[in-house]
Amino acid sequence: MIGSPYILGRNSTSAIMLKVMLALIPGIVAHAWLFGPGIWVSLFLCSAFAIVFEALLLLMRGLPLKPFLSDNSALLTAWLLALSLPTLAPWWLYAIGMLFAIVVAKQLYGGLGQNLFNPAMIGYAALIVSFPVNMTQWAAPVGLADHALTLLDAFDVVFAGQGSISADAYTSATVLDTWKTQARLGTPSESILSQPIFGWAGGQGHEIVALMYLAGGLLLLSLKLITWHIPLAFLAGLAATAGVLHLIDPTQHASPLLHLFSGGAMLGAFFIATDPVTAASTPRGKLIYAGMAGLLTAIIRAFGGYPDGVAFAVLLMNVCVPFIDTYTQPRVFGHHPGHSKGRKS
Amino acid sequence: MNQKLYTFNGGVHPDVHKAESNATPIRTMPLSARYVVPMRQHIGEPARPVVAVGDRVLRGQMIGAAEGYVSTAVHAPTSGRVVAIEACAVPHPSGLFDLAVVIEADGEDQAIAYQPLDWRSLDPSALRNRMRDMGLAGLGGAVFPSYIKLNPGAQKIHTLILNGAECEPWITCDDRLMRERAPEMLRGIEIMRHALGCQTVLIGIEDNKPEALAAMRAAAPAEIEVVAVPTMYPGGGGKQLTYTLTGVETPTGGRSTDVGIQVFNVGTAYSLYRAVEIGEPLISRVVTLTGHVAQPGNFEVRIGTPLADLISAGGGMLPGASGEIIGGPMMGFDLMDLAAPVTKAVNCLIVKNPKFFPIKPIELPCIRCGACARACPADLQPFEMYWYSRAKDFGRAQGYNLFDCIECGCCSYVCPSHIPLVDYFRFAKSEIWEREREKRAADLARSRHEFKAFRLEREKQEKAEKFAKAAEKSKAAASSNADPTAPADPDAEKKKAILQAALERAQKAKESVAPKNTENLPPRVQKEIDEIEARRATVEATTETKE
Ligand code: SF4
Ligand code: SF4
Repeated sequence: MIGSPYILGRNSTSAIMLKVMLALIPGIVAHAWLFGPGIWVSLFLCSAFAIVFEALLLLMRGLPLKPFLSDNSALLTAWLLALSLPTLAPWWLYAIGMLFAIVVAKQLYGGLGQNLFNPAMIGYAALIVSFPVNMTQWAAPVGLADHALTLLDAFDVVFAGQGSISADAYTSATVLDTWKTQARLGTPSESILSQPIFGWAGGQGHEIVALMYLAGGLLLLSLKLITWHIPLAFLAGLAATAGVLHLIDPTQHASPLLHLFSGGAMLGAFFIATDPVTAASTPRGKLIYAGMAGLLTAIIRAFGGYPDGVAFAVLLMNVCVPFIDTYTQPRVFGHHPGHSKGRKS
Repeated sequence: MNQKLYTFNGGVHPDVHKAESNATPIRTMPLSARYVVPMRQHIGEPARPVVAVGDRVLRGQMIGAAEGYVSTAVHAPTSGRVVAIEACAVPHPSGLFDLAVVIEADGEDQAIAYQPLDWRSLDPSALRNRMRDMGLAGLGGAVFPSYIKLNPGAQKIHTLILNGAECEPWITCDDRLMRERAPEMLRGIEIMRHALGCQTVLIGIEDNKPEALAAMRAAAPAEIEVVAVPTMYPGGGGKQLTYTLTGVETPTGGRSTDVGIQVFNVGTAYSLYRAVEIGEPLISRVVTLTGHVAQPGNFEVRIGTPLADLISAGGGMLPGASGEIIGGPMMGFDLMDLAAPVTKAVNCLIVKNPKFFPIKPIELPCIRCGACARACPADLQPFEMYWYSRAKDFGRAQGYNLFDCIECGCCSYVCPSHIPLVDYFRFAKSEIWEREREKRAADLARSRHEFKAFRLEREKQEKAEKFAKAAEKSKAAASSNADPTAPADPDAEKKKAILQAALERAQKAKESVAPKNTENLPPRVQKEIDEIEARRATVEATTETKE
């Protein structure tokens, strides 16, 4: 039953995934430059675990390896998870994260295209619930760390634990964490913000990485790989909610700018919330889905117990996607509002 | 000449590949030895053959008469002898055979006497009836009988749109026709305008055909507007072109005539001119032969010419050809048999090669990227329809407005997972039609059964009444002549009554054998049948979307 069209566009799923990964590269390079070579190790480990798990599960499900492995979707998930996790964490943390992402969230749901939840965010959520301490030890900006790690050091730290170098020498808390703990203790916001880990907008160094993700996201937009709806609605929802909270109580709630340029906001807006499989698909649905995800991110950051809210916000909204899509179907050509709505089954 | 244009959503920009075939003038095909003229070349009822095997026919002689309302006549493409009237290979996606008159040409190409019409003095309805006998049908591919479309009917037609967009890649027959025969075409348009009695006439041509635009502009009178529309597939779809030119959306399940607009293909206008002003029935059309052949180009081909002959006229296939497509690459179908003839619906024959028509890559899972929805000119959500069609949940697929799909192929074209979405939609639609058919048959059977039960019930009641009456009567009789000598035998009386009832029953049964049942159906059953008919009508209306 293979009929017309006899010609196909030049689109392919593997190329799309690859392009999204390319758009991540500016952020990755900035990260390596500003926070040391640890990112290469976590990217490498996550990718390796992703491919091993994916291949294993494909084999168990009796599916051909080549077309499914070469769709690059597992690699993209691996990168997104690696970029959401602290670098320099123990190797098994990445393994467990990828296990949840690939095996539980993706393959057990039926593989590519069938998963309800964003796989990378499932991996992240599983880790932050199970290993909260490991998840707060982020590599310190190169200038602020007492000890600049080489690539070999980084491998050493990841595989052998801290060894001779103390973790305090190369890690630091994130700005979101710092703000939350200290604001709750009553520290005035000026003195929180004057700490060296804070930069001009978000976290020192992290704001540059966020800018690079923004640039990569704009690239995705210009390549028409994503539409504007999700990133814009996500960032607007986040900024608006954070702004309202900030206006109500500036001593407890950080400014919208800090929210936009710290944690997973930019990565989430352009690369995670836009995952087509788990996001809403209609134009209006995307606005609702992403706007709500942004709002929830701000709420979880402000009142929740976790250092960042992007993952849980996205996962919560993933659940709502079928519902949102059903109720935001666009008007079909020739169906006029008020006219009979056409045939219903 | 500053027509405001409207932009519909979606659409794609495949490589147009027009240059392969539009550089050379239209060539006239030499006569073939044999012509296969199918009786079903249009939408609707097939024509009824009016010749017999052995008959000599002349060019332009009617060999199939229009049968029923949605039908049109069929004519002999040349002079010769009818050698067979049988099922032959026809260019149809199903690959099934269909009834055709086979004519062996005598090479003289002798024609009947053509009778031109003085259409200006002719009443539009008389003109339309002539067009039915002239075999006119839409030449853009949908082949809807033209005489019906020339009937404005209850709806007043204010705008006539001529479709010269030719948005399908590779096809150039309308392009060449407009370049070479614009004045004649415009006379055909004048006739259409006369028949429809409409004011505005718009000719839409894609802006990648500057020569055709210029030729048509030069030939068109001031009150007819020739509009360049953006090159974009499917900009030449009837609903899409209507929207581009007027901003009016054809209502779902309806036709453009519902909003006072009628759309004709430019090739149809040219054939109408020939039919009216020359008196020549539709016995030839322009066909694009392109792709992997020695001399691609456009040919004026007699209807019924075997497609193999057309390919030979173009110098034959080149080595490495990998099959043939009838129509364009976006909406066409595979040719199963080269013996099949050119029909009124055949606008293009593409010989495939692996370079331009590579084997389709393996189908991957849908990632819900929405590319298909953004490309869909009908604003549908193809991936949702795909999901439910694949799961054979046709009700849900229909809920996503499956029947608004015009099968343009844009969604399949853009899908990064290379899912043949349109194949799924065609499958789902045919399954739904099949079920409607079955349901209709079942409904009919049920209503028959219900009526029978109703009738039996009625008869039983009537009999019971009669029996009761008869019993009373005999009882009364028995009591009136209470003759003591005559033994009052109530048992015998009862037996008599039973006998009487049995006789009546037999009589009654005889009367009711003649089934005068279909008229006075119970209202509920009648309503059901009406509803089914209405459903079927809308389903059929939506299938006719091209032109
Ligand atoms: S284009 Fe293909 S992969 Fe993308 S949503 Fe449509 S069907 Fe799915
Ligand atoms: S084939 Fe149907 S669903 Fe696909 S793009 Fe065309 S109209 Fe839309």
